[in-house]
Amino acid sequence: MHALTIAELSRKLRAREFSSEELTRALLARIERHNEPLNAFLTVTEDSALAAARAADKRLAAGDAGPVTGVPIAHKDIFCTDGVRTSCGSRILDNFVAPYDATVVARLKGAGTVMLGKCNMDEFAMGSSNETSYYGPVANPWDRTRVPGGSSGGSAAAVAARLLPAATGTDTGGSIRQPAALTGITGLKPTYGRVSRYGMIAFASSLDQAGVLTRSVEDAALLLETIAGFDPADSTSVDEPVPPYSMLLEQPLAGVKIGLLKEFFDKGLDAANAACVRAALDVCRKLGAQLREVSLPNLPLSVPTYYVVAPAECSSNLSRFDGVRFGYRCKDPKDLTDLYKRSRGEGFGAEVKRRIMTGTYVLSAGYYDAYYLKAQKVRALINDDFRRAFRDVDVLIGPTTPTPAFAIGAKVDDPITMYLNDIYTIGANLAGLPALSVPCGFVGGLPVGLQIIGPHFSEARILNVGHLYQRETDWHRRVPPGYE
Amino acid sequence: MSSGIPDNWELVIGLEIHAQLATRSKIFSGSPTAYGAAPNTQANLVDLGYPGVLPVFNREAARMAVKFGLAIGATVARRSIFARKNYFYPDLPKGYQISQYERPIVEKGALEIVLDDGTRKRVGITRAHLEEDAGKSLHEGLPGMSGIDLNRAGTPLLEIVSEPDMRSAKEAVAYLKKVHTLVRYLEICDGNMQEGSFRCDANVSVRRAGAAKFGTRAELKNLNSFRFIEKAINHEALRQIEILEAGGSIAQETRLYDSDRNETRSLRSKEEANDYRYFPDPDLLPVELSEAFIDEVRASLPELPDEKSARFMREHGLSAYDAGVLTASRELAAYYEEVVRRLGGEAKLAANWVMGDLAGALNKDGLEIGASKLAPERLTGLLKRIVDRTISGKIAKEVFEAMWAEGKDADAIIAEQGLKQITDTGAIEAAIDAVMAANPAQLADYRAGKDKLFGFFVGQVMKATQGKANPAQLNDLLRKKLNALA
Repeated sequence: MHALTIAELSRKLRAREFSSEELTRALLARIERHNEPLNAFLTVTEDSALAAARAADKRLAAGDAGPVTGVPIAHKDIFCTDGVRTSCGSRILDNFVAPYDATVVARLKGAGTVMLGKCNMDEFAMGSSNETSYYGPVANPWDRTRVPGGSSGGSAAAVAARLLPAATGTDTGGSIRQPAALTGITGLKPTYGRVSRYGMIAFASSLDQAGVLTRSVEDAALLLETIAGFDPADSTSVDEPVPPYSMLLEQPLAGVKIGLLKEFFDKGLDAANAACVRAALDVCRKLGAQLREVSLPNLPLSVPTYYVVAPAECSSNLSRFDGVRFGYRCKDPKDLTDLYKRSRGEGFGAEVKRRIMTGTYVLSAGYYDAYYLKAQKVRALINDDFRRAFRDVDVLIGPTTPTPAFAIGAKVDDPITMYLNDIYTIGANLAGLPALSVPCGFVGGLPVGLQIIGPHFSEARILNVGHLYQRETDWHRRVPPGYE
Repeated sequence: MSSGIPDNWELVIGLEIHAQLATRSKIFSGSPTAYGAAPNTQANLVDLGYPGVLPVFNREAARMAVKFGLAIGATVARRSIFARKNYFYPDLPKGYQISQYERPIVEKGALEIVLDDGTRKRVGITRAHLEEDAGKSLHEGLPGMSGIDLNRAGTPLLEIVSEPDMRSAKEAVAYLKKVHTLVRYLEICDGNMQEGSFRCDANVSVRRAGAAKFGTRAELKNLNSFRFIEKAINHEALRQIEILEAGGSIAQETRLYDSDRNETRSLRSKEEANDYRYFPDPDLLPVELSEAFIDEVRASLPELPDEKSARFMREHGLSAYDAGVLTASRELAAYYEEVVRRLGGEAKLAANWVMGDLAGALNKDGLEIGASKLAPERLTGLLKRIVDRTISGKIAKEVFEAMWAEGKDADAIIAEQGLKQITDTGAIEAAIDAVMAANPAQLADYRAGKDKLFGFFVGQVMKATQGKANPAQLNDLLRKKLNALA
């Protein structure tokens, strides 16, 4: 059962080949067996999962089931889950039990999915390797000495290790796509505003977007249908109709114009990785797509731009963690200043503090124009580059990451090298574009990802391209040794 | 109250007013805004700044801000932007206040104030922007601890920033009163200073008369009544003058006014001021206002105090002073107008009674006009009896007091107490005859040329008739009788 996709599970659950409770018990047992070395789950909600599974079985029996009813999933621990600890991978929220459900959580719950637990992540989603988690690093199922990517590393490792078919994630600079690429699974970051951010603990509000990590594009489409749509509680969610994504996957690629992102095939890209991507492009060509090279001259500025905008927003977003109303509070504060300094000093990890300090600096009087304002201008230029490119092509394709998964500990002392891991993913966040990563091969036994980026609200198209590619390839069906 | 400011010095004052907008729910959450509830019962997860929650703008606050902008002839921004003002304080749950910074909703307006000598002066309003209020720290009954009440957190505020156009504490008070009247007219703020729904900070500096440059200013906080503001500004100006005359210099700082001691003391210097690190709030979209929306708000504007005052002068023949007093609040003006309408004229009589006996009684009982014990129709009932000469003005004052105390109508009191005025010539003449007969000595003196005794005879007749003789008739008849016999 653990090897099946959501689409397959859905058919079998409806055919009553097994119940959601049986499925849930099987996956809980698998989590029990495999989680410890992976460290993918921070919380396993066994009792509520079984209750949800039994409720789903009733719906299935009553013929009142939707396409994801009874399907087990897990949430990145950044999503607030009513009555369940929501740590955001941080000591400062180690004791925080959310009093409400995030909109994404509520929608998936309403559709009858079964939450098995909460997944490990980089602290406050700040990281590209899952090594900044207060709860320790997550191991990559393909090689447990390597990182699974981040920040949605727990979600990615759990899905890749077949502990469950899908998990939610969030993507601020690549945090869904990069771990999906490094663990050989499918990761979708929707258009900014496509999915509500309500109840998702904010890192950088103008970049954060909820999405999913799955084992197939079809599954990503099924889940996106469930979580997408306007939410009156999130002013930045967009009131656009939600197409039936899973029904639009088979449109032929004949005549579809694919742009090769010239700037992505630069010297930073691992040659073997590049070969995988080029092979994937050949597949697309065979499917009838037209390929052409496209240049986005300002795209190389995306990393420095991101590392001004994201820390600026995070420095403000994380001010609410002050030890006053919830979360970690230092012992015996002398006075108010001591309470603030020690609660935050002891509660936040090093990477979070680095970004808060960077962000505070770039917003300070005298530096605002030189950093924050300039970064916003560059962001607008990058946006224009994409807009111009999409006049000529339907989607853009390139690698998701420059290299396959690196060793745990290899980059922790060098934040800049770590930041450069997101060099191909950040552009889509700065421009608010939907982007998908699908597995496209292996380098040294480690998976690499193909990234498909589309114009705003073109999820149907990028999912279509990804799905047809997956019909021609089996990279996404490869299972890490030991997790078959 | 004398300001005590020496003639060779001039004050320069600008005010920052925080008016709580009278929306039912908060500016970024659905919590109610009612005052006085038990701590933290009117704060939801958004107000508490919980992880993951997001603000949603209450458009009613924009409507109210636009009303204000149109009423002061300002530019209403078609697109304004919320920004975060970052600082740490326990009553500020998110660690930032959502406000407006570079792009406020209202800019460049003005109000006219009337000075003591009757001249008019324009006070510029730089901007008015929307923001959320903070909570409150509580210390009472919590020894060694601080309590935080977040009921107020997220209440919408309109911060109204004036130009440094005022040159005396009196001007500042006149401007503040003007704004106070206006926001209540517009029904966008209840104006309650005790409850903090209308608050004021003052930027005060001094310069030698004739100097072109402004002096260094101090910002005065905690000015929560009209009286304190005047005292605080004068006190602060004198403090600055004293320093400058002694050859010292003024530090740019924030000072707190202590009304118990009538003094200001330093709260923080410019160097200690926070760097608020303002930046556009990425959780909120820009506030976009369509022409249709602005037109709709414009159409909903009530008659404004200045327009109403001019109309009262033009149509009712009131003096500028009377018109000013009667239009100080929308309710008072409405009350007065209702009396005039019911009386079918007699504007001056209505004005005198509303501003005189009615205002006095309200003041004595500490009531607002809306809580008056006499509704306009009941006061009209009294004034009608003056107009039709059933009672005299003097008797009317007694009837008014009885009406106020007992809640009965004028006619009932007049009938019960037999206060109906004597307008029967025969009856008045009889009373005059009796008084003249009873006071032969005074009569002789009067006839010998002591004209002043006329008043004595009026008084005696009034006494004999228990004040009910119609005064005009009495005057006529008495004069005739006294003179005829002379």
